[in-house]
Amino acid sequence: MPNALSLNQLSISELTGRLARREISAREITQACLDQIARVDGTVHAFISHDPADALAQADAADRDLAAGVTIAQKPLLGIPIAIKDVLAVKDHPLNCGSKILGKFVSPYDATVIEKMRAAGAVIFGRLNMDEFAMGSSTETSAFGITRNPWDPARIPGGSSGGSAAAVAADEAIATLGTDTGGSIRQPAALCGCVGLKPTYGRVSRYGLTAFASSLDQIGPFTKNIADSARLLGVISGLDPRDSTSVDVPVPDYVAALDGNIRGLKLGVPKEYLIGGLDPEVKASVDAAIQQYLALGAEIVDISLPHTDYAVATYYIVATAEASANLARFDGIRYGQRVDGADPLELYTRTRGAGFGAEVKRRIILGTYVLSSGYYDAYYLRAQKVRTLIRNDFLAAFKQVDAIITPTTPTAAFKIGEKSGDPLQMYLSDIFTISCNLAGISGISLPCGFTTNPKLPIGLQLLGQPFGEATLLKLAHAYEQSTPWHREKPGTLA
Amino acid sequence: MAATDIDVKYVAHLARIGLTPDEEATMSARLAGILGYIEKLKELDVTGVEPTAHAVPMVNVLRPDVVRPSLPHEAALANAPAQANGLFLVPKIVE
Repeated sequence: MPNALSLNQLSISELTGRLARREISAREITQACLDQIARVDGTVHAFISHDPADALAQADAADRDLAAGVTIAQKPLLGIPIAIKDVLAVKDHPLNCGSKILGKFVSPYDATVIEKMRAAGAVIFGRLNMDEFAMGSSTETSAFGITRNPWDPARIPGGSSGGSAAAVAADEAIATLGTDTGGSIRQPAALCGCVGLKPTYGRVSRYGLTAFASSLDQIGPFTKNIADSARLLGVISGLDPRDSTSVDVPVPDYVAALDGNIRGLKLGVPKEYLIGGLDPEVKASVDAAIQQYLALGAEIVDISLPHTDYAVATYYIVATAEASANLARFDGIRYGQRVDGADPLELYTRTRGAGFGAEVKRRIILGTYVLSSGYYDAYYLRAQKVRTLIRNDFLAAFKQVDAIITPTTPTAAFKIGEKSGDPLQMYLSDIFTISCNLAGISGISLPCGFTTNPKLPIGLQLLGQPFGEATLLKLAHAYEQSTPWHREKPGTLA
Repeated sequence: MAATDIDVKYVAHLARIGLTPDEEATMSARLAGILGYIEKLKELDVTGVEPTAHAVPMVNVLRPDVVRPSLPHEAALANAPAQANGLFLVPKIVE
């Protein structure tokens, strides 16, 4: 039976079902994504680059596996094209982190998440645009140009994983990977109307992820629905001897957790999230989602996260301090662009002055300052202590509730250029997502409605206990299946 | 100390980042705004609070002390901006 949707518009579970029944080939799926990129990426610019021949060769290998009798149970992503944020290493593919400084860098090895997805049969393709070194909330700081929101090309897709979100929303890939340090998966997922999951810190190996803030960074999936998010998380999770911060907690069957039964689960509504800048349409959609959860049998509990108002300030100390250390490696000696100098100091200073963009320079300098002699205690150590208070807020809340429900962002997607001149306003747009990383807990954003004029997606955020992804996905799935939002597609893109 | 006294030229030197005079001026203004905002952390009493460096407290994660394959020499040098004799080429360090 012909489907009204083309192959690139389908979900992982729909496609693997049709592949298993041999109704379609993996090559046809990859070709459908490549055709869509050719059609719309001139407008969206989700991709920095992609290699169609390499993607089709992987798809052909998946078709040979299928012909040889390999099953979806053995390889749960067999033949599924998945595109990758430009911060994750894919062997023999370019890696630029959205920056000029890496020059013509080509990854000499696969990140652990890439190895795992290859083993699961995925077609790994493309380099997705992002804010330079993941520092931004709009994908406007990329050295490779801006990405546009598929729902309104005059607006930002969010960031830093803006390319990852836009590619899924525009049906240029079936799923993508991104990274989340302060909301960089959940915020663009909300603004582009797809599902974005930030796993618990330590759930997914960071080996092969170019570090921004090592104590906050996590890799996670962007998908068209919750079942796909559960499937992809199951593939990429687990202990990795190459990342000493990955945690030895068993990986449950996340797909099996999606049983629709959320009766009696308790959802906390934090009073601190009713801030002044919250858009009335966003608030109305989240309030309606809370009512929907009540109708589905969940209990709603008022809670308090008293240190919420300090999260953005804490984040911009901790994250910049860690970034200033991590980005010291970009010195023009072993890889990337080099601007020569008379001595090593001059070489470093010129290379970094020419290679980094304004936002990255600003954050490295801020991070260097808060760690410098005389300021360490006043800024960095104090921020680490406030981080403890923020984490304790969440751990106390999770004694009362199974998950926390909030808007993902205070507003829908803003216009290109609207906040790029004011870094502090840009930082404050991350108010609802940032605490999750400081606390090291899990979080997900899923569609919960649209603004009316213009029509832009609104995201619902659920925050879960450390390693509570199964409960989070179960809750998200029950809501998704009882609402129409995830089936909506952006209008025709020029 | 006032938050706005950040000496951008000095901190940029510590960070090994060359800035043009224009960049220095913009950076000072922007950082003053951000540091002013960050001051709000001083409202909180953090006496007796332990700092959190990592959300999942783990110490001394060890692996067996055995030789494992590492990146081949040629692969490690493949992205070098300048190389000679199988080594990274750098400006003269010692006279």
